[in-house]
Amino acid sequence: MQLIDSSGTPHPDPDYAVPPADVLREGYRNLVFGRRLNDVCGALVRQGRLAVYPSSRGQEASQAAAGMVLGHDDWLFPTYRDVVAVAVKGVSTAETIGLLHGNWHSGYDSRAERVATQSTPLATQLLHAVGFAYAAKHRGEDTVVLAMCGDGATSEGDFHEALNFAAVFKVPVVFFVQNNGYAISVPIARQTAAPGLAYKGIGYGIPGEQVDGNDFAAVYAVLKTAIARARSGDGPSLVEALTYRIEAHTNADDDTRYRDSAEVAEWVARDPVDRMRQYLTVQGILDEQTEADITAGAEHIADQLRESANLDDIPNPLDLFAHVYSEPTPQLLEQSRVLERDLARELEGHHG
Amino acid sequence: MAEQAAPALDSAQHTVETVTVAQALNRALADALAADDRVLVFGEDVGRLGGVFRITDGLAARFGESRCFDTPLAESGIVGTAIGMAMNGLRPVVEMQFDAFAYPAFDQIASHVAKMGNRTRGVLRLPLVIRIPYGGGIGGVEHHSDSSESYYAHTPGLLVVAPSNPQDAYSLLRAAIQSPDPVIFLEPKKLYWSKGSLDTSLPVPRLGEARIVREGTDVTLVSYGPSVSLALDAAEVAAESGRSVQVVDLRSIVPFDDETVMAAVRSTGRAVVIAEAPGFASVASEIAARISERCFHYLEAPVRRVTGFDIPYPPPKLEHYFLPDLDRVLDAIDSLQWDDQAWDDGASDSKTGRDG
Repeated sequence: MQLIDSSGTPHPDPDYAVPPADVLREGYRNLVFGRRLNDVCGALVRQGRLAVYPSSRGQEASQAAAGMVLGHDDWLFPTYRDVVAVAVKGVSTAETIGLLHGNWHSGYDSRAERVATQSTPLATQLLHAVGFAYAAKHRGEDTVVLAMCGDGATSEGDFHEALNFAAVFKVPVVFFVQNNGYAISVPIARQTAAPGLAYKGIGYGIPGEQVDGNDFAAVYAVLKTAIARARSGDGPSLVEALTYRIEAHTNADDDTRYRDSAEVAEWVARDPVDRMRQYLTVQGILDEQTEADITAGAEHIADQLRESANLDDIPNPLDLFAHVYSEPTPQLLEQSRVLERDLARELEGHHG
Repeated sequence: MAEQAAPALDSAQHTVETVTVAQALNRALADALAADDRVLVFGEDVGRLGGVFRITDGLAARFGESRCFDTPLAESGIVGTAIGMAMNGLRPVVEMQFDAFAYPAFDQIASHVAKMGNRTRGVLRLPLVIRIPYGGGIGGVEHHSDSSESYYAHTPGLLVVAPSNPQDAYSLLRAAIQSPDPVIFLEPKKLYWSKGSLDTSLPVPRLGEARIVREGTDVTLVSYGPSVSLALDAAEVAAESGRSVQVVDLRSIVPFDDETVMAAVRSTGRAVVIAEAPGFASVASEIAARISERCFHYLEAPVRRVTGFDIPYPPPKLEHYFLPDLDRVLDAIDSLQWDDQAWDDGASDSKTGRDG
């Protein structure tokens, strides 16, 4: 499914309408912001100020749509590569990169933000999303859950168990797979022999839709429909966004070992930001002033991000014992006293 | 660790019944479902059938399909969805059908059940209970008799509980369900049909409190779950030959009650740790190490372990060679450097399990 092709030309679809102008303008703002976030985080890693960054450059349309499409009480279950979606959903950029900054395993308050922690193990979070949606349905709430994963994760058992449980219990969850072509170095052909990942819904009795993942309008429209379906009680659905990871898996990866630059160039030509700008400009939705404001806004957030990454805020080492249980066990209390003693010695050493 | 529940003070309810461990567990689930509508019970065959061990017998009929239900046959799915439910205000109690069938869920348990509270600095605690029928002695074929407690006890963030009698089966399960932290609740399956007294009006205990189940002055046997009755039997036999044997029932492996165990061992000066699991890198090893570190100057002899051998669990016709038994426990007691003896390190004695 595509609504705007890679040249920015409208491509009408009988089942999906183009989202309204204000959504598209907001979408474009988030595309520009997402691209900037990806670039700045990449730079911060190179400067040694972030531990690692799994870039979603090239996938910003899918990221922005996922971050925008949910209602106030809905929850997002993201992966490590979904920093942009998490930020678009409303988490401050400083908190979004908490995990990458190395301060703690998650930088934001999941309950306040209604965003689960970014999952590093593959596909495990999909089951959490199903259980979360189950609880909402159990209490008669109309919360919907958007559960994200990548193409590689669809090979994990938990992906299949999540789809199956969701379908059997008919819970309000939407599975959103960003098929970006690679699981680190392994291409999609080695993950599946199916004609597409959206087809995997069929075996579980879940409707699937394949969408151009670089077309913000199309991804937003498809997710919006799937979420409305879930909210109305018709159960889960599976959305596959066809996109491409323009950069390596992370800064620690060397993608020249497993793919040609020609292939990357092909996808750069299908850039989600460029096509949106083209479309909006031609449609008269985006004028020069608005575009300048959007660029300045993204730059401002990028500055804030750089500043927060510069903070040398070492967390309290004793916090390592504080949250393991709601109340530390006697053993953890003993061990925290050992660390406390070590910290006191360290301090003495500094002064002495 | 558990919230304290107000004890039922109505004396009319203060009745002691004789029930099996299975019945006590069933009662605990029923009472928890009745007391708190956030509690859900689910797993494989736990609905209409009432579980392969009948622990959930009658719960679906009494509380309805929305409170006690069957799931697709997928353990990671069961635990993974329980995590999501616990994140969203419910208190799931899930059943793994057998110890070894819980392994498909291990990724969810080790990566998320154990870590979510810490990862979110306490924002998303997971009040969930994973019930696992565990251990051998029932003549089960392969994959039906594992003692898997060490995997869980070695995973920070989990509480690990193993009752040894009907009263604890009831009380500790109520405590586990009330706990704000996730609990691995290990049910010794060979004890399911053993009887004992139950008073459901007793206050819900804190998790992490061991109990002296037999007083003695010469040697302390430390055990938990299925091995407690063996320890008590050994104490009885040893008493006939004039040895006064104290028995400690841990009840909770995590948190570990150092205070009670160490005070007990210091009072006798000798200790034998008994557990079914293979001894290498096990809970029994940890207990023996802790006793050695903390009671060294009180000990008359090295701490001994009587455990399963370091082999895959045997087929039914051979399992009695594997399981700690009366002879091995009595041999271990006999080897504890009594005044009239030379030390036997046990290495040349094929009848003892691995030991230090």
